Amino acid sequence: MSLKLSKNNPHNKAILTTGNYACAEGAIAAGCLLFAGYPITPSSEIAAYMSRRLPEINGTFIQMEDELASIACCIGASYAGKKAMTATSGPGLSLMAENIGLGVMLEAPLVIVTIMRGGPSTGQPTNASQSDVYQVRYASHGDYQIIVLAPSTVQEMYDLTIRAFNLAEKYRTPVIVASDGFLGQMMEPVYYHSNFEKVERKKPQVPPEKYKPFEVFDDDLVPGMAVAGTDYHFYVTGLTHDIEGTPEMTPEGGETLIKRLCDKITRARPDINDWEEKYIDDSDTVVLAYGINARGVPEAIEQARQQGHKMGYVRLKSLWPFPDELMEKLGRQGISKLIVSEMNYGMLIRETQRFQHLFEVSGITIPTTIPFSPKFIYKKMMEEI
Amino acid sequence: MIPSDNLSTPEETLDHPLKDWLNLNRFIFCPGCLIGTVITSISTCLKERGFTSKDYAIVSGIGCTGRSSGCFKAPAFHTTHGRAIPFATGLKLANPKLEVIVLSGDGDLFAIGGNHFIHAARRNIEITVLCVNNNVYGMTGGQVAPTTHLDDITSTTPYGNIEPPFNLISLAAAAGATYVARWPGYDTLRLQKSIFKSIDNEGFNFIEVLAPCFIQYGTKNKLGDAVEMLEWMKKQIQIKTDCPPHMATFDFKKGVIICGEFVEEKREGFTKRMEQIREKAKNKKFKK
Repeated sequence: MSLKLSKNNPHNKAILTTGNYACAEGAIAAGCLLFAGYPITPSSEIAAYMSRRLPEINGTFIQMEDELASIACCIGASYAGKKAMTATSGPGLSLMAENIGLGVMLEAPLVIVTIMRGGPSTGQPTNASQSDVYQVRYASHGDYQIIVLAPSTVQEMYDLTIRAFNLAEKYRTPVIVASDGFLGQMMEPVYYHSNFEKVERKKPQVPPEKYKPFEVFDDDLVPGMAVAGTDYHFYVTGLTHDIEGTPEMTPEGGETLIKRLCDKITRARPDINDWEEKYIDDSDTVVLAYGINARGVPEAIEQARQQGHKMGYVRLKSLWPFPDELMEKLGRQGISKLIVSEMNYGMLIRETQRFQHLFEVSGITIPTTIPFSPKFIYKKMMEEI
Repeated sequence: MIPSDNLSTPEETLDHPLKDWLNLNRFIFCPGCLIGTVITSISTCLKERGFTSKDYAIVSGIGCTGRSSGCFKAPAFHTTHGRAIPFATGLKLANPKLEVIVLSGDGDLFAIGGNHFIHAARRNIEITVLCVNNNVYGMTGGQVAPTTHLDDITSTTPYGNIEPPFNLISLAAAAGATYVARWPGYDTLRLQKSIFKSIDNEGFNFIEVLAPCFIQYGTKNKLGDAVEMLEWMKKQIQIKTDCPPHMATFDFKKGVIICGEFVEEKREGFTKRMEQIREKAKNKKFKK
């Protein structure tokens, strides 16, 4: 078993590495130049890898005093024009919650990786979980939308981390990569390819004297971003603000801002949302899964189809904003039942229940730390149909 | 030039000398508060050094002084409560050429943000932290702060404060700050001298600025209006040279407030060391 660096590898050659390392290498490939973090199992390897790798490429690694400082440092770095990332797990993400809101309000591109480990509280630090599906969506207070991606393989730890940076830059927002302890720690072959487009944030569209930090000129509702260290001066605040950044406390001012911040993400759903699907066209029953726990589903479905059951599956690669259009599509295809399989006591299933007028919804929702085996999923599916 | 051209019109008379440096419509401070003098002192120093908006950034937390960042015509950041210092750390790390100034209050920097302060000082990250100390939470309604003196009355210590305050000078010095000073907010010349020294020092700088809050602190402790309160404080001020930081008494009871410069030390800053690490890393390529 040889572990080689990306730069020593032609991109057509796979190397064997862990999800956490692949995530870190993906960040570097996407242009990340600053990592600020705080040790927490099972995400710590990302920080350790970055601490070695970033100084080589003129980047900056800093281990902060806590997670609150880590994310604040990343937002600061983002506003100095660098792509920044932090990585943590549930308890750390809890501490970052307030500043996720700051990132949304300041429209700061930034990537947060959370390696889910289960909870509440200290939970099971060395195990996997999918119980932070709501945490990643609703961690911060207030009315906001956020982008969350969910890798299933070590390859996707690399690919989706790159995508997270691109989406963060494109929509000027924090993006969360929600992985888990299992995927972070396990090894798989991965291609460190450079076969992707690198997205850079929108620059100010007017000269410094005319610049207003939150003035929108385009349909995508994303304002051009000035950064410190340029001729632009600007003021940004966590208070609700007008297009000049001045605190705005009127009901109308708050409404205008919140609607734009939310619409910016929800309108982009067709671009953001991504999933893999199979046998949807001729299925009565569809299994929906995501992350590590989706890996057993294809085998279970193949087995069911061999037995003559009309079944298919979808694997979500992005969790939030929730892909309503996928649910509507499943409804149009005439499926009668959706089985949601997740390693928690029923979380994402609640989103699908909004579509019960289209199909029946049931779940395999167990707050366990072991991903469901194909055999287990098959057994549960047979009980359901 | 005809003589009438030299006569100023009323509009010109009213122009603020720093109008190109400040957003005057964002001054929300009570008349008599010294936060304004701190803001203008900072701007005066930056202007004199010939800095423009590409050279510096202002970061503040939450509270009365938290609102001060909006007054600057600069890259200015109004962040979350207590997190101004780590935000500023991110700015500085991402662009070490920036002069990064944190301007925030005692509650923001030393209660909710206390941990960040000591770690930034320990790292000797090259930023300047100005703490406008009014010994109370002003904006939220006059609650007890970690800088409120013993027995003082606040809205959450109606029978008197039972907790001793931090001495911010001793704290900053113990944590490793390489420049530490304390001045009353009205002493703008000495304050500006300290700001210049902070700009020159490649390390972590801390300046405590005393700006008593007559609204929240003065009325509850019967210290009079803004001017009376300043007179009351002025009598207690003693400016000392070569005073060690642990002797920097700040005690309203004894009527002693030692002001001056307490630490001036040369120590390699964090971003300089980071540069050395990069060199090391490039020579010794990462092998798993």
